[in-house]
Amino acid sequence: MSYDLLLNAVAAGLLLGGFYAAVSLGISVAFGLLDVVNIAHPVFVILGAYAAYVMNARFGWDPVLTGLVFTPVFYLLGMAVYRVYYASFERKGEEALRGLVFFFGIMFIVEVLLILVYGVDYRLVEAPYIGESFHLGPVSIAYRLFVPFLGGVLLAGGVYLFLGNTFFGRAIQGVSQDSLALRLMGADPIRIKTIAFGIAIATASLAGSLLIIIGPVEPSIGREYIGRVFAIAVLGGMGSIGGTFAASLILGVVESLTSTFYGPSWSTAVSFGVLLLVLALRPAGLFGR
Amino acid sequence: MRGRTLLGVAVAVVIGGYLTTRFVSHGYFYFASYVILQYIMLATAWNILGGYTGYVNFGSAAFFAVGAYTSIVLIKAFKAYFIFLALAGGLASALLGLGIGYLTLRLRGVFFSIATLALAVVLQTAVINWGYVGGARGIYILRARSVPFFSSYTEFLFFMMVVFAVLSVAAAWWIENSWVGRGLAAIRDNEEAAECMGVPTLKLKLFATTVSGFFMGLAGAPFPYYVTYVEPSSAFNLDYAVNSLAMPMIGGTTSWAGPVVGAILLGAAQQIATVTISSAWNLLIVGVVLVAFVILAPEGLVGLALRLARKRGA
Amino acid sequence: MARALLEVRGVVKRFGGFRALNGVSFGVREGERFGLIGPNGSGKTTLINCVSGALRNDAGTILFRGRDLGPLPAYRRTRLGIARSFQIPRPFASMTVAANLCIPLEYAAHARSRGADVAAEAREILRLIGLEAKADVRTGGLTQIEMRKLELARAMAAKPSLLISDEAMAGLSSGEVDEILDLLRRLNGQGITVIMIEHIMRAVMSFSERIVVLDAGEKIAEGTPGEIAGNKDVERAYLGE
Repeated sequence: MSYDLLLNAVAAGLLLGGFYAAVSLGISVAFGLLDVVNIAHPVFVILGAYAAYVMNARFGWDPVLTGLVFTPVFYLLGMAVYRVYYASFERKGEEALRGLVFFFGIMFIVEVLLILVYGVDYRLVEAPYIGESFHLGPVSIAYRLFVPFLGGVLLAGGVYLFLGNTFFGRAIQGVSQDSLALRLMGADPIRIKTIAFGIAIATASLAGSLLIIIGPVEPSIGREYIGRVFAIAVLGGMGSIGGTFAASLILGVVESLTSTFYGPSWSTAVSFGVLLLVLALRPAGLFGR
Repeated sequence: MRGRTLLGVAVAVVIGGYLTTRFVSHGYFYFASYVILQYIMLATAWNILGGYTGYVNFGSAAFFAVGAYTSIVLIKAFKAYFIFLALAGGLASALLGLGIGYLTLRLRGVFFSIATLALAVVLQTAVINWGYVGGARGIYILRARSVPFFSSYTEFLFFMMVVFAVLSVAAAWWIENSWVGRGLAAIRDNEEAAECMGVPTLKLKLFATTVSGFFMGLAGAPFPYYVTYVEPSSAFNLDYAVNSLAMPMIGGTTSWAGPVVGAILLGAAQQIATVTISSAWNLLIVGVVLVAFVILAPEGLVGLALRLARKRGA
Repeated sequence: MARALLEVRGVVKRFGGFRALNGVSFGVREGERFGLIGPNGSGKTTLINCVSGALRNDAGTILFRGRDLGPLPAYRRTRLGIARSFQIPRPFASMTVAANLCIPLEYAAHARSRGADVAAEAREILRLIGLEAKADVRTGGLTQIEMRKLELARAMAAKPSLLISDEAMAGLSSGEVDEILDLLRRLNGQGITVIMIEHIMRAVMSFSERIVVLDAGEKIAEGTPGEIAGNKDVERAYLGE
């Protein structure tokens, strides 16, 4: 019986971890590759979740469909945010203090706007698969976890292939190492960073729709994800997509075990503990060089 | 000379604070002033680390709440005297600052900021699960019936906050004008160069996080007596985190006057806005003003005023 | 041979799998004008970072006046008497030029005796280096050469016995190079040992009494400028095969 419990907890953790990858990808790209400390990323994910909620409530759209349709909108939004950030802070070398505060301000404004428009109540979506589950031996797998897991895997795979196999992808990876080499390739580092940041925010659209499939969402829920996504990005070795995915699975399993055996309210503390532990012991991350 | 003048001002403010309690009996006045004094402390404390040293603390709410909950524990366990609560609250918060600083400050500055972001969420979870201090339901705190020299506990609290606020501003003033402050400014400008010029960067950063933590805790310690009913969501309110960085950013981060000006203006504006429009709108305005200042007026109001004065003079 | 002021013994520094320094050894004598040269990426700046304490070497020891620097953080090394300038100037941008000098004066030169008149000393150093006119200007308003001079002035303000000048002349005109050279010679005349890292051969060759050449993290030659100029390994390292 307790063996089954353990097995189910691990399975739920892996599924949750796959979804965490979707939320953390944007941080890995922005923070790990571009060195832009976008602490507002989780709130963009919440924005994605509310888009899924609105389209679902108004027009009955499937959340995943909303996530895909809104991806280009988030991409443009991300590009715009980076342009402002670059012109106001990065160009002047003021990203460390004012740049951080800027993202904090954005996070705060979006959260308060969501409260003003939709209130502090939990919002949820309806889809035929939510509430259903299937069995794999003794393990019961809920679709509301399986779909986000699948979405996370595909999103991570997509970003991984894009970064490794396209001109822009390689240029983005080049930006983090050597912008001189990039100029020699004939690419403008600022343009590359704008595109890359756009992509980072674009992932928040689908991640948000996956979030609201897992469970109901309210505006301040994003705060719980800040510790989580940064723990994952650092643990994953800053900017490595494979590392991010592995770190997401690890964190998902550890959280799920904690939640099963000590109570769900402690799961946010897990990511914070992991974050501090990694920073203190191995800041290059588990998968860093 | 200048130091002596400011000492005179500080003493005058404290005496003025006491005289106020003799002549003013309007309840709302104390309510509003308490909040503004609390923000002067939080903004000043934040600025010692953020403005002088260049390290952003997003977890002011957590430091504030640690002060408040330390005081709740001491009230419940020992019925401790007010001044002990205040000191203990400050010290607990100072230790928290030291600990977080020790774990993260050897790395790049952003890691400290990220850790402070997550800190509030985790500590709030801990408090929610801690029945002794009321857990998620919250806890009632009884005030003493009477205090010597004051006609009500509210007036006593107001006076103590005046004293604490003066202390924190004085500490900021001393740091700013001493070798410590010059070392912190060197760290803010270029940490590696500072270290190579003989500045013990890690020690000074830990000093700044500890002092900053102390005053945030000191601001939070009287909170249970002020509200008399504390629940986790009020002690860990995001307002504190936002305001304690927005106020110095809007007032100006390079001198002690910036956070004070920011706290008085923004604090008073919020008091008025909360009465006239809703508190959510009020927060939205704070956020928008913060972002606008960070982008358009990075030197803050005090910096703008100085620049204007210089132009007049020239 | 006089005992070495600075002794570098078998220093190794790795970045991941890449060995930036691979067992470098040499000594610098008290009062010497010492040149450290090598092609780009040969490990010169890495070595200086290990000496000044910005980086920790993975193996080997660095001795200063016979004392192992290994466990000391950078600021302690500065207080012992090792000061450096940075290749890319790193001024304290919110401060005036004079205030920039007050930091090392207060924290290194007079670390144990607070209350010294650092402002007057800062002016004296600025006068010596020819920057006194800019004393009250913020560093943003400085020209390229003034910025380089500030770097050196700030290092001098730490009152070092060993001054490490990391490419202080890159990008300067020929006349400006002579100005900096003259300055370093004067400092040396006051008894300060100088290590010069430089790409401008004319400058290093005329300045140094002894030169060490690094290539790919290893020492390939050591000797007087005359010996280095005729060395086949050095020529190969600079010109390729």
